[in-house]
Amino acid sequence: MTLILLSPLDLALAASLVLLLALLSWRLHLGVEQRVLIAALRSVIQLSLIGLVLNFLFAQTNFTFIGLWTLVMLGVAGWEVMARQKHRYRGAWGFGIGTLSMFLSSFSVILLALTLIIGVEPWWQPQYLIPLLGMLLGNTMSGIAIALDNLSRQAWEGRGRIEARLLLGQSWECAIRDIRRDSMRAGLIPIVNSMAAAGLVSLPGMMTGQILSGSPPMEAAKYQMMILFLITAGTGLGSAAAVWVGSRRLFDHRQRLRLDRLTGPGR
Amino acid sequence: MPELRLQGLRTRNLAPIDLQIAPGDLVFLSGPSGSGKSLLLRALADLDEHQGEVWLDATPCAALPTPEWRRRVGLLPAEAFWWHDRVGDHFPTRHDPNLLDRLGFGPEVLDWQVGRLSTGERQRLALARLLALQPQALLLDEATANLDPPNRDRVEALIQDYRREQSAPILWVSHDPDQRQRLAAPTPGLTGARRLIIRGDRLEEESTP
Repeated sequence: MTLILLSPLDLALAASLVLLLALLSWRLHLGVEQRVLIAALRSVIQLSLIGLVLNFLFAQTNFTFIGLWTLVMLGVAGWEVMARQKHRYRGAWGFGIGTLSMFLSSFSVILLALTLIIGVEPWWQPQYLIPLLGMLLGNTMSGIAIALDNLSRQAWEGRGRIEARLLLGQSWECAIRDIRRDSMRAGLIPIVNSMAAAGLVSLPGMMTGQILSGSPPMEAAKYQMMILFLITAGTGLGSAAAVWVGSRRLFDHRQRLRLDRLTGPGR
Repeated sequence: MPELRLQGLRTRNLAPIDLQIAPGDLVFLSGPSGSGKSLLLRALADLDEHQGEVWLDATPCAALPTPEWRRRVGLLPAEAFWWHDRVGDHFPTRHDPNLLDRLGFGPEVLDWQVGRLSTGERQRLALARLLALQPQALLLDEATANLDPPNRDRVEALIQDYRREQSAPILWVSHDPDQRQRLAAPTPGLTGARRLIIRGDRLEEESTP
């Protein structure tokens, strides 16, 4: 099997479908045509740039460059987690909680995978590190965003219940236990569902890519299994860390619920 | 039971407050909506940030772990919230069965579903839930606002007895002038209630009409 290269014309043909969708949105007054077009444009620019950057990075043997790039990825993912919150944590915490949890979970999981499982030499070889980390971050990001959003929203809406428990002499951990558990579960459910449905409903992206570029399907399936396990573990650890730090931040040293540490509703 | 003492306690809209409530004394607090009555009670239970200090006898709030302080200084908020489905799950395993009886409930109430309680039932059960923990001082926020006269009388009698038997100091936010009047008179074993009203940002003694 050889790799079939896409010409600009091929891409334009695919893009015309998105244009059609935008037209449809305009005709039906869905009001999303602008968003569709901007998103499509963003994807073109971002993916082209990434193509260039990866070309450059894959040629690198310098750890500093590659390390810096992983931090950029982490930062963007952290930003994205923050942007998805209805009630954000004020100050550096808004960015910090998601970013720190992703750092702890994704980076430790990827380190484990590259050194012990895949056994790449050196472990930071960009051709493995960057795509795997990207997939990990992308998924843990969603999980953590859902978990944190759940936590802060439920705390916001459940203020009366939480404070009623505090007033009866319960500790902050006890007063927020249900919400914590709920949030962690909410963060985990999407990835567990997609793990359960993997291969049946859709072929996961990475496996599809490997098959398209000529890998034997069984090899692609093995890689896919590994990445699913890594993602699930990363999402679980990340959600747990985010919910733990996030819930701690909702209370002060005198165990008062501090909703003033969150922003109000709306963006 | 101890004395409850506020020393330079400062909340968002009130000037610093010094107030002493002796064991078994009842102090009514009234004032317009938004004048900061509930905020004052919240500060006393250390539920909000505040300046100044609150003491139970010689123990300042800051010297105790907050949960312990809140168990000793029991606050009944105006609105009762519940987090389990079953009423009984909100009560400590060992509590005085008389409490429920005195508020007009049979023991079967513990198996009731919270979702099916009326507002008045919630309010009375929230008081029972709080008293079951035997707080040393009581802070009541509109404890009878949603009750019909017979149940209001039950609550008033129960609280009066709690004062008498436990000599608990009580700070009671009440909008009901008749209630304040009713409990202002001394009864056997109990002093009359002191009545304070918020004017502007200060606490003043309410004069008898």
